[in-house]
Amino acid sequence: MANVNDYVIEVRDLVVKYGERTVLDGINFRVPRGQTFVILGGSGCGKSTLLRNIVGLMRPHSGRIFINGQDFTAMNDRGRIAVRKKMGVCFQGSALFNSMTVGDNVALPLREHTKLEESTIEIMTKIKLELVGLGGFEDFMPAELSGGMKKRAGLARAMAMDPEIICYDEPSAGLDPIVAAGLDALIRKMQHTFNLTSIVVTHEMSSVELIADTVCMLKDGRIVEMGDMGRLRASSHPFVQQFLDRRPDEEGEGGSEYLRSLTGGD
Amino acid sequence: MVAIVGNIGRITLDWVHAVLRVCVLMVDTINWMVVAPLRGRGLRVRSTIEQFVSFGVMSLPIVSLICFLIGAIMAMQASYQLARFGATRYIANLVGVAAMRELAPLMTAILLTGRSGSAIAAEIGTMKVSEEIDALDVMGLNPTKFLVVPKFLAMLLAIPCLTVVAMFVMMFGGFCLTTVVLGMEPQLYFEQTASALVMKDLVTGMIKSFFFAVVICWVGVYRGFQVEGGAEGVGKQTTSSVVTSIFLIIVVDMVFTIFFYFM
Ligand SMILES: Nc1ncnc2c1ncn2[C@@H]1O[C@H](COP(=O)(O)OP(=O)(O)O)[C@@H](O)[C@H]1O
Ligand SMILES: [Mg+2]
Repeated sequence: MANVNDYVIEVRDLVVKYGERTVLDGINFRVPRGQTFVILGGSGCGKSTLLRNIVGLMRPHSGRIFINGQDFTAMNDRGRIAVRKKMGVCFQGSALFNSMTVGDNVALPLREHTKLEESTIEIMTKIKLELVGLGGFEDFMPAELSGGMKKRAGLARAMAMDPEIICYDEPSAGLDPIVAAGLDALIRKMQHTFNLTSIVVTHEMSSVELIADTVCMLKDGRIVEMGDMGRLRASSHPFVQQFLDRRPDEEGEGGSEYLRSLTGGD
Repeated sequence: MVAIVGNIGRITLDWVHAVLRVCVLMVDTINWMVVAPLRGRGLRVRSTIEQFVSFGVMSLPIVSLICFLIGAIMAMQASYQLARFGATRYIANLVGVAAMRELAPLMTAILLTGRSGSAIAAEIGTMKVSEEIDALDVMGLNPTKFLVVPKFLAMLLAIPCLTVVAMFVMMFGGFCLTTVVLGMEPQLYFEQTASALVMKDLVTGMIKSFFFAVVICWVGVYRGFQVEGGAEGVGKQTTSSVVTSIFLIIVVDMVFTIFFYFM
């Protein structure tokens, strides 16, 4: 186990707004090296937004994000690019480039950022694809893959530059339970094999139990509970209990709350 | 009253925003197209060639066909008037000058707006919706360098080339109709055309076509990056890219026509 004080990602007082509307309001957490941090929460609660801030696709309204102790939010573009090379991101819809083969997708970061020989790149691409169980699919187009295979190919591409940190946005959403379980196992394997620090956004309880070291539960832009699964189960927060028990909202309440959240009222 | 003033204010602000965004895009494109390659940060040559083939080579048949027909139509219409004065030999002059100065650049631009400008908007829009642009960004690959510059260069090359082809095909259309249907001597048609055209006509047409290329590409790219939401947003911005682009092409055409008229 790595040094306990070795935090790879640290988020401090993060506030994110879309226009006037506050989506994230005072988020704080730290992720130690080599651990899997799961962000849990209902649809539209700002999980993807949080992830977009961590990987630097958005600049927050206020607050700071430290990656390996460096203030990511205060960096200029060149510094951010250097930090991003240590991060891999698996997008919700896999975001493979549709005009390229799977192999070219995985090889792209290598071709653009390294001066490796083409033959070396080909071998590395093969290795990455085999790692995610897609050996031999180099020449397929993304459109020819199933949903689960696309996610795997997206993971292979995210792993191409041997990142230290990997972020998954809803890795198992829209997949059948067997494929989803396979993906969870893959996430676990990646973490163990490469000592990756992972951030996983999800709303699937079944995968959380399998992969999480720490879980944080988001609601209305705030963290309502954070800790390991045991702590989450023991939580007295009504929303956490409702989420774990899969109880629906009280009749009518959910709708009006959703509307209010859309119109910007608190 | 207040509402009206407020609306005018908001519309003005929207326009200012749009213009600012286009300016940022332009500066960024020129930076990645001219400055970065000079500093050895590379240009995506292969991608540019691919785009050139898609914009230019693949458009050749449809541009040729339409320009041929328009040349023939123009000759027919000219004959309708000129025959009354016994001046049918001037059909060649009219077709030649109109094709060079106006119709070849304009038709090429409008065809490419529909064929390639919309494709640019749809491609970039789809990539935005499916988070592919974000994926480029997190990989440290600049979307402008990666997507916009190759398209822009390809368009700047393809449209002038197509326009030259269109000019000659259009005159050939006029030639075919005049000689075959109206029975003019081919020799006479050649002589008339040669006597009518001056270098300036070609230059005028080429300058116009160059600016049309700029308009088509930037409108497509701008609209593509404007896409929000899902497939619906892609459709909306693609349609509006065609409308905006044709409108701006006509405006640019007008400006240059006035300019060259007095030159
Ligand atoms: N580009 C955007 N502009 C405005 N609002 C947005 C944008 N993206 C997301 N939102 C809003 O922010 C909230 C959180 O979105 P998101 O982070 O995608 O949620 P999640 O991933 O948890 O489902 C949603 O209510 C959504 O409507
Ligand atoms: Mg999401």
